[in-house]
Amino acid sequence: MSVFARSVHVLLLQPVQAMGRLALRAVAATGRSGYLAIDAVQALRKVDLWGPHLLPQMARIGVDSVPIAIFIATFTGIVLALQASYTFTGAMPLYFVGTLVGKTMILELGPVLTGLALAGRVGANISAELGTMRVTEQIDALETLAYDPVAYLVVPRVLAGALMFPVVVMLANAVGIVAGWGTSLWLLDMSSQQFMRGLRIFFEPWDVQFSMIKSVSFGIVVTSVGCSFGFHTEGGAEGVGNATTRAVVIATMIILALDAFWAAVLL
Amino acid sequence: MSIQLVNVHKAFGSKKVLKGLTLEVPEGATTTVIGGSGSGKSVTLKHIVGLIKPDEGDVWVDGENVSRLDQESVYGLRRNVGYVFQFAALFDSMTVADNVGLGLKRIGDKPPEAIDERVRDCLRMVDLDDYGPRYPSELSGGQKKRAGLARAIATRPKYILYDEPTTGLDPVTAAVIDALIIRMSEELGVTGLVITHDMRSAFRISDRMAMLHDGRIRFEGTPDEFRGAEDPVVKGFIEGRPALMESVS
Repeated sequence: MSVFARSVHVLLLQPVQAMGRLALRAVAATGRSGYLAIDAVQALRKVDLWGPHLLPQMARIGVDSVPIAIFIATFTGIVLALQASYTFTGAMPLYFVGTLVGKTMILELGPVLTGLALAGRVGANISAELGTMRVTEQIDALETLAYDPVAYLVVPRVLAGALMFPVVVMLANAVGIVAGWGTSLWLLDMSSQQFMRGLRIFFEPWDVQFSMIKSVSFGIVVTSVGCSFGFHTEGGAEGVGNATTRAVVIATMIILALDAFWAAVLL
Repeated sequence: MSIQLVNVHKAFGSKKVLKGLTLEVPEGATTTVIGGSGSGKSVTLKHIVGLIKPDEGDVWVDGENVSRLDQESVYGLRRNVGYVFQFAALFDSMTVADNVGLGLKRIGDKPPEAIDERVRDCLRMVDLDDYGPRYPSELSGGQKKRAGLARAIATRPKYILYDEPTTGLDPVTAAVIDALIIRMSEELGVTGLVITHDMRSAFRISDRMAMLHDGRIRFEGTPDEFRGAEDPVVKGFIEGRPALMESVS
């Protein structure tokens, strides 16, 4: 091969080939996830397999995530109140601080920030756990013992995510609002009445439902992406690491895309 | 009824692993498949329990074509087949006793006391009487293999498949595992299929042997027939002489 032909190959063909390989991998991963989703729906009837694991998974995915959710929501509430005050002072009545804190926490930051944090904590945990089980043949061992691994491993995790994410997000919303309220009292010289007036003035019960719909979808995404990448892990420790990284990155991207989707469809 | 693989082909991407494998595992005996690393021995075992489906050919277990069964029927068939994994594949989050009892719980025809009793029996058979409450991380490599064997025999299967049961073990521990395999065959009357490249172990435990080479069975016979084989590939493998094998391939 001449120098020119080699240069053309390196400069033009290799990037195209790399993109092609990436596209093929993405299509294959989507296909595998689709099959896993179908298997998971069919496995819902095997309650005897997933039922005993649902509560422990709810504790792991939900209860164990409460500290990180409270931590994020507390500081988000404080910052929201301070930034609202900075923006509104001299232009709008200060009670709008309560409006902004409440609306923003419930509609956007509560679900999205909690979802992103849990994509790291829960998604990575599930992917690494199932990935390790795959490469050490524990999933094969389950199959040889006549256990359906999708019913035994995937279904309880996805159900627990769908059930517990809304609970954690509602808690985060409440903590964020309380943090914003405390900040208004102690740092912004506002009264409780002012904050509550702002909080109530534009409050719609639908906002809470919207927040819950988002958080259920985020729960399903984080757990199912974690399960899919973990379940289809190949190779050894490096494969588990790659699967875990991809699970977090893909879940994060889907959460942000879903966030925009729900805003466009439901608001 | 027994296990039969008929003209099985399997490829992973462009790599053809099995190229028309045909093998029969006679009932009540221990058959060993030998072959080099990457020759498709583990793939062969996984076909028998339906963990892998052949691209072409048939896998028969007890008169049922595994490759054509639906998933639920495959789960039913697996209750007759115990599988001992190369690295034991014990569940990290469970105790040894829970690992051993897991298959019995799935069948669900025994009360918890009977399951506990069977678990104790199985652990006793593999000389792990006091190890039930321990976790897999607290066991040595040989103990893990024995625990894996206890899990495989807990459901009293008709067949036991052993994936490299002595690989990575010192000679004394390997001899202990070999003795257990012979004991399973003699005391429980199970049909065993062992894959290994440990020739000392293969000659010790086998009633029949087969050599897998280039995706097919190259030679079949009793251990004595293997010892006297003139085929350079078989001879080269048994004696650990790669030059002899390469002179043919």
